[in-house]
Amino acid sequence: MADVTFTVDGKKLTAPAGTLLIEACRAHGIEIPAFCYYPGLSLQAACRMCVVRIEKVPKLQTACTTPVAEGMVVVTESPEIAQARKATIELLLGNHPLDCPVCDAGGECELQDMTFKYGAHESKFVDIKNHRDEQQWSPVVYFDRPRCILCYRCVRVCGEGMDVWALGIQNRGSGSVIAPNGQDHLDCEECGMCIDICPVGALTSGTYRYKTRPWEMSHVGTVCTHCGDGCKTTLGVRRANDGMEIVRGDNRDKSGINGDFLCIKGRYGFDFANREDRLTQPLVRQPSGELKPVSWDEAIDFAGKRLRELRDARGGQTIGVIGSNRTTNEESYLLQKFARAVLGTNNIDHHRTADYPAFAAAMNGESEASLRDFASAKAVLLLGNDPTEQHPGLAWQIRTGVRLRGQHLYVANHQNIKLRRQATSFLRIRENDYAALITYLAGDDSALDRNGEAKAFRDAIRGEGSLIIVFGSEFRGSDVEALVKFGSSLPNVQLACLGDYANSRGAADMGLYPDLLPGYVPVIAAAHFAQEYGASLPSQPGLDLLQMFDAAGHGELAALYVVGANPVARYNIDPASLRNTFIVAQDLFLTETARLADVVFPAANLYEKSGSVTNTFGDLQLVKKAADRAGTRADFELIVRLAVAMGADVKQLVPFGHRGVRADMGQARGAQSGEADRHGVWLAAHHLEPKLSPFDPFAIFDEIQRLVPAYEVPRLDLLSGNDQHLRSGLVQIQHAATRRDVVWPSNDTLFTSGTLGRYSRTMSSVLESREPAETAAD
Amino acid sequence: MATLTTHPDCVPLVSYRFGKGATNIDKYLELDGYKSARKAMELGPDAIIAEMKTSNLRGRGGAGFPTGMKWSFVPKQSAKPKYVLVNGDESEPGTCKDRLIFEHDPHAVIEGVIIAALAIQAKMGFIYLRGEYRYLIEIMEKAVADAYARGFLGKKIFGSDFDLDVVVQTGAGAYEVGEESALMESLEGKRGIPRIRPPFPAVVGLYGGPTIINNAETIATVPHIFRIGAAEYAKLGTERNGGTRLFCLSGHLVRPGVYELPMGYNLKKMIYEVGGGIPNGKKLKAVVPGGSSTPVLTADEIDIGMDFDQVGKAGSMLGSGGVVVLDETVCMVEFALRTMKFYQHESCGWCIPCREGTDWLKKSLTRLHAGGGVDKDIDNIRYLAENMLGRTFCPLGDAAAMPTIAFVKKFRKEFEDHLEGRGCPKHRAAEPEPALV
Ligand SMILES: Cc1cc2nc3c(=O)[nH]c(=O)nc-3n(C[C@H](O)[C@H](O)[C@H](O)COP(=O)(O)O)c2cc1C
Ligand code: SF4
Ligand code: SF4
Ligand code: SF4
Ligand code: FES
Repeated sequence: MADVTFTVDGKKLTAPAGTLLIEACRAHGIEIPAFCYYPGLSLQAACRMCVVRIEKVPKLQTACTTPVAEGMVVVTESPEIAQARKATIELLLGNHPLDCPVCDAGGECELQDMTFKYGAHESKFVDIKNHRDEQQWSPVVYFDRPRCILCYRCVRVCGEGMDVWALGIQNRGSGSVIAPNGQDHLDCEECGMCIDICPVGALTSGTYRYKTRPWEMSHVGTVCTHCGDGCKTTLGVRRANDGMEIVRGDNRDKSGINGDFLCIKGRYGFDFANREDRLTQPLVRQPSGELKPVSWDEAIDFAGKRLRELRDARGGQTIGVIGSNRTTNEESYLLQKFARAVLGTNNIDHHRTADYPAFAAAMNGESEASLRDFASAKAVLLLGNDPTEQHPGLAWQIRTGVRLRGQHLYVANHQNIKLRRQATSFLRIRENDYAALITYLAGDDSALDRNGEAKAFRDAIRGEGSLIIVFGSEFRGSDVEALVKFGSSLPNVQLACLGDYANSRGAADMGLYPDLLPGYVPVIAAAHFAQEYGASLPSQPGLDLLQMFDAAGHGELAALYVVGANPVARYNIDPASLRNTFIVAQDLFLTETARLADVVFPAANLYEKSGSVTNTFGDLQLVKKAADRAGTRADFELIVRLAVAMGADVKQLVPFGHRGVRADMGQARGAQSGEADRHGVWLAAHHLEPKLSPFDPFAIFDEIQRLVPAYEVPRLDLLSGNDQHLRSGLVQIQHAATRRDVVWPSNDTLFTSGTLGRYSRTMSSVLESREPAETAAD
Repeated sequence: MATLTTHPDCVPLVSYRFGKGATNIDKYLELDGYKSARKAMELGPDAIIAEMKTSNLRGRGGAGFPTGMKWSFVPKQSAKPKYVLVNGDESEPGTCKDRLIFEHDPHAVIEGVIIAALAIQAKMGFIYLRGEYRYLIEIMEKAVADAYARGFLGKKIFGSDFDLDVVVQTGAGAYEVGEESALMESLEGKRGIPRIRPPFPAVVGLYGGPTIINNAETIATVPHIFRIGAAEYAKLGTERNGGTRLFCLSGHLVRPGVYELPMGYNLKKMIYEVGGGIPNGKKLKAVVPGGSSTPVLTADEIDIGMDFDQVGKAGSMLGSGGVVVLDETVCMVEFALRTMKFYQHESCGWCIPCREGTDWLKKSLTRLHAGGGVDKDIDNIRYLAENMLGRTFCPLGDAAAMPTIAFVKKFRKEFEDHLEGRGCPKHRAAEPEPALV
């Protein structure tokens, strides 16, 4: 729309016609107070805090509902306006409990801030305040009515934003109250958006309430460890007896790819980190068969020595390595380097949740969509998957696009997924018809039988001027190829492939495959890697994950190194088949896999380390060490220590301090955590320059950027906390023959997150609260 | 008090058929019924609106907005259907005229809807009745059914090419849904809270379509304008205030009731002659001239003409035509409290100043009246009311604030008399001092 010119507080401003005055002012740095206005949600004009004076208009006007107009003259602060706002605050405080000293929101409360600013300092009210008891609506959500200022943000974010519509308003007048639409409890997505958006302490969360004061926490921006969307999250951490404890997760930093959004996992699913049953001491299996705590040096030396013996005696090809979907890129990269260069094996794999190699092979100059692109896309075609459950961040972005920008959403699925409610067109297909659908979309009318509906669907898609095609793990191998090919026949297409966990994509990009090196380079073409690694690398593809366990069953797997994975539970492995395999496991908990190991190292999780992760859309982001648990070590450090214990040259493994690689200044390691001191001692003992550390993930990041061109993104942007979309999207490969399909979708829901999710009390309590109530026996 | 009463000064125009059995459609036809609709049909939209403007009819719902002008705001072309909406939510304390219309002359409402629909070319009309007016639903529904049966409603009404459907709907009992946009929300099946304006109903109204919404009396007046002619009608009243209106006289009067009098009729005369004066030889203390939301006038402020402009000049409002007369025995604090109880109960709660303000004022007035008042209460009450005024989302907040400010301003002494733990002097007088033992 054309721009209009208007005057605010004496300044001439311009904004597109139709812009709300409050937004136009904000864009020019003039802040107008607002309780009920919230960008992107419907207008309420209920709180009357945003009142301003507009020339020639008799009454004060609400800036949140007034569009700017040519020649408009506005005053946003004056004694009259200040008095109006002050009176509104006074009115609110009349019935407010003023329990700020214990309120969760104390110190970060918009009502406190406004009271402070407009100075409702005199207590005029002497009558008895209206009171209602606090209510618990779900394991996550608590409501304290007297604190509520009825701004209706929670109602709108739940309905308009989440499309859940779990909250409503009951009664009228001073009896008005926010209430769950399901009588006395919530059966919702438990995202906590309502709690986060509440300007006061009326909605509080089961995980955080009455735990701390906001100013007692440090706030660290990092990335969620759960699904593959990679939402930016801010963790509030506080010193505890055994390190730094996470007390809160929120998305106050709205600069991330997730904008306003976090789901239950990102917001509350951090609590696994604080559990008492975390491993905090290395365990070594005794001749008696028992796992017994030992010192770090003893455990590392023992594991290193044993791995070395087995490698030397039986050969690297008898050793297997299983990596993680949740470790950093640097750790995954280092792990494969360790496997190939130190253990001498290509038997390396991870729990694959999407066929990224097939995607990489099929991409031929098509562009890959960032998660950011979804909110602004003109049209989206969603094939398979159920983003509401498996990619809540993506679902949010799509809903936002549809709601605020009129995005067209096309959904084809074998289930009635919730996003069909936003769809311009929804095509229900059979579970095994996804490949046929692509053939049909590409023009073969005989591929699908129910033609009428499908034809309209196809015509509509073909009529779009630009489109993002996003697909789930229903598509693998040649289906992915066919899909990408179909995509390339349409104008302005972007594609995205959905994998399940925080760094599933990174694990794939970093070469946790028996046949592919980082950047999907086939192992046969390993020459330049060998040169860089200063070692000869095995050139034959190794065993994939399932083959490794088969080999173990046949007594052919001498050793297995499992980092941050629980394949025994995930793949239902018979423990007996691993009897003759020496197992080293790194994990947070004594999982089904760790329980079978000979050596168990207590590992740090993604919230307790620094490095980078790549979401399933190819958005690269930094994770920052927020928390710390005494007695655990980052996987990066453990891999380095193990390699050194095996006799590897640490400078070869982590190319720190040469080739102009950056020195570690300690930022990567939490300064308060004692990690830096610990590393200093180790470095001195190994006659290494204390300022340059092999424990610095950035030393490896340099190498990644050299060898995997897609990761060559501007470092400064990354360091300043911005997500960077991978340069050319996926790295293209010349496809190495037909590969075995070992994709195993995790089928997580909103309330599960693989093995890790089982250790989240919040998530388990939601699941328990959903179980059908058992009727008492008598 | 909702009985029609008469006085020689009365001009029975809107009340022309009251008490004559006009609920019966044949009787209605006999009394010139549906002639105006036919006339309007011949005139066509532009001429209808021109007539309405000539009539100087101003909305009888309270604000007194010129009806012809309101109708002219409806765009001729609209992608969405247009609607005519009759506001029969009549809930303003002191007001009881619309119910007489529904009770005695339901077809006049229907005929008014037909003319309004012709004016803006709407195909659908709604008659929204106050939730508590259950007994009127039957009458209204029967009238609508009869009109359908005669071909006055439905397809091709009066044999023309024009289709019009009319539906009678009732609220759930809320003063606030008398506010036009809240009424539309309610009619659409939602919570009765007002909408953000602009857009105004004439452009975006019911179900998003252009809508004219008028008070039931306004609509029922329309056929009479066409019956006697717009210029004739205008002449009955004063400048810019055409015609007559149904004044609801209540309170301390010898002959309370609903009287149809010309616009501009003198208030003092209305009280002393039409209403028969104050009973039992008591003196007049104050008059609420236009329903509970209009600022009170003292006994020496009532020598004014009752039209929108003159009452406005006197510092109050003509409002909905509910004249409440208070004699010298009335405790103004109690009256203020009674008024505030109503608004506190009826506030929809959407916006802060009204929701919190009415609640706070009610609590303060209750305490003050009961003898628990402290010095600062009186200023506080006025401060609160003044800070609600003009700041709320819809005019209900103003409706609560305006009378309160007037009570404190004009009867401050009575408020002060309640202080120092004494409570209401009236109640004190009623209870004898405890005897000394
Ligand atoms: C709180 C509130 C209550 C109202 N109640 C009524 C009512 O009961 N009946 C009515 O006709 N108008 C009522 N109104 C006025 C309507 O909003 C609207 O102005 C009126 O229906 C327009 O009709 P008119 O132009 O014929 O007066 C109310 C307004 C407010 C703010
Ligand atoms: S609970 Fe919070 S967000 Fe919801 S209406 Fe009350 S104050 Fe606003
Ligand atoms: S959508 Fe995914 S990345 Fe975002 S908060 Fe939820 S689990 Fe974490
Ligand atoms: S003034 Fe506000 S709270 Fe009162 S009725 Fe109107 S919208 Fe509701
Ligand atoms: S922000 Fe404008 S009224 Fe609440």
